[in-house]
Amino acid sequence: MKKIINDPNHVVQDMIKGMVMANPKTVKQLEDTLIIARSEAPIANKVGLVSGGGSGHEPAHAGYVGKGMLDAAVAGEVFTSPTPDQVLEAIKALDSGKGVFLVIKNYTGDVLNFEMAQELAEAEGIKVEKVVVNDDVAVEDSSFTTGRRGIAGTVFVHKIAGAKAESGASLEEVKAVADRVVKNVRSMGMALTPCTVPAAGRPSFQLDENEMEIGIGIHGEPGIERKSIATADEIATELTNKVLEDIEFSIGDDVAVMVNGLGSTPEMELYILNSKVHEILNEKGINVYKTFVGEYMTSLEMAGCSVTLLKLDEELKVLLDAESLAPAFLN
Amino acid sequence: MELQVKDIIQWFELTNEKIQANKDYLTSLDQPIGDGDHGINMARGFKEVVNKISTQDYENVADVLKDVAMTLMSKVGGASGPIFGTAFLKLSIAVKGSDSLNFETFTKGLEEAVNGVKQRGKATEGEKTMIDVWSPVVDYLKSEKDFQGDQIRKTAKQAMENTKEIMATKGRASYFKEKSIGHIDPGAASSFYIFEALAEVIKGGN
Ligand SMILES: Nc1ncnc2c1ncn2[C@@H]1O[C@H](COP(=O)(O)OP(=O)(O)O)[C@@H](O)[C@H]1O
Ligand SMILES: [Mg+2]
Repeated sequence: MKKIINDPNHVVQDMIKGMVMANPKTVKQLEDTLIIARSEAPIANKVGLVSGGGSGHEPAHAGYVGKGMLDAAVAGEVFTSPTPDQVLEAIKALDSGKGVFLVIKNYTGDVLNFEMAQELAEAEGIKVEKVVVNDDVAVEDSSFTTGRRGIAGTVFVHKIAGAKAESGASLEEVKAVADRVVKNVRSMGMALTPCTVPAAGRPSFQLDENEMEIGIGIHGEPGIERKSIATADEIATELTNKVLEDIEFSIGDDVAVMVNGLGSTPEMELYILNSKVHEILNEKGINVYKTFVGEYMTSLEMAGCSVTLLKLDEELKVLLDAESLAPAFLN
Repeated sequence: MELQVKDIIQWFELTNEKIQANKDYLTSLDQPIGDGDHGINMARGFKEVVNKISTQDYENVADVLKDVAMTLMSKVGGASGPIFGTAFLKLSIAVKGSDSLNFETFTKGLEEAVNGVKQRGKATEGEKTMIDVWSPVVDYLKSEKDFQGDQIRKTAKQAMENTKEIMATKGRASYFKEKSIGHIDPGAASSFYIFEALAEVIKGGN
């Protein structure tokens, strides 16, 4: 393992320290926690927005803390959901009486830990609502199983629910708009190389020089299908079509596109992919309203990408365009 | 035999030794069908458990179990923190009021633990999770009249190995559907260490 770290068991604490130092005016670390919150939190008359999850997805989630997006991000160990007591601390620190909204990615661990925190907060008299993001079409959706994972589409939930909360909306209104994003967002990813969890010291799987893995998650778990490496156009086509198959689009629909790098894919490659994604959408008569290319939801140093499409209505467009001062999503 | 406070403490000290010794193995089980953190998570949690319970004075077993539960819940994270935390919390609640644990109370308590886990994680037997070790151990205990370490160990070991043949429908492993077959469930493996440690405490006491 070759990494720029001091101690594999201390990477999260060390990272958070550095993150706060990089944004001293806008964020603070809540004492004795792994929580990054807006420096002015709790904000009067505003629903508090909390997200979080395992670390290793930077800039998610702490990079999205700022005016117009999240009020706090709770960091777990690398790829491991944070614990209920930490999430509870974040909820308590944000509540201004208007309630707190949780954005959870659909993994058993995240759902269980956040739900327990919600129960504890409700027992203390705080109003809490949540949304569980499950945008990954690589995984079959079924009510008998854990269901789909939450991946890069989560960033759109942060942005849009965040803008709604910033506008002074009620907890119920924030939830309604977040639910609508989840209903209309889909993603699919692929990888060229695995990644190494610092405390594990070795990569989570192996891929040969000429292989790629389709349907990859963001936790170093293997993907759904392994095959020979293809061109950017072929990869873009496979990912985009898989997303398009899963959600109904009509000619003239507006979408937001996110071409997300998983950690060590050059922007050059992401832009090459993006042009094919646009070409496919064009052919289908789908209108690209806005495009985001870059690293939004990573998986340590994995090479690879994901493609996310979000179907937009008028309100979602306005909220997507609203101001954000979060360092990883300046808008 | 009845399990005293000192036996319960020893149960978790032995569990911790086994989890630490097999940390890499547990993590390697979590790599093909998960995200490769199970050993790291459990090792972090049980180390803190032992730190916690070895520095306290306890009057009854329920208090030890409660500290075990709360420590796992606040130190492990992932799916296994709430799951194993809930198991020991339910066991603690079920045995509240007893200074020591007789076979009957323990068996009832462990059954409550399994029910609690099922409720929390919405999983049941046959979905390739730690339930597939805990539940057979409870079934075995219900068919017995007293603690028998060897049999507990044997039951847990067989159950752990049986998880290899199951296709996962819950937890991270469920993403791999048929491909999850052929691998032991990591949570089932740590559960085996928990019951192997219990068996050793019982054998020492017999
Ligand atoms: N719904 C569930 N009910 C019971 N046990 C579960 C459930 N989901 C996962 N598990 C257990 O948790 C283990 C995985 O733990 P761990 O790797 O620490 O967490 P994560 O899956 O969040 O990375 C699995 O091997 C399984 O035994
Ligand atoms: Mg895991």
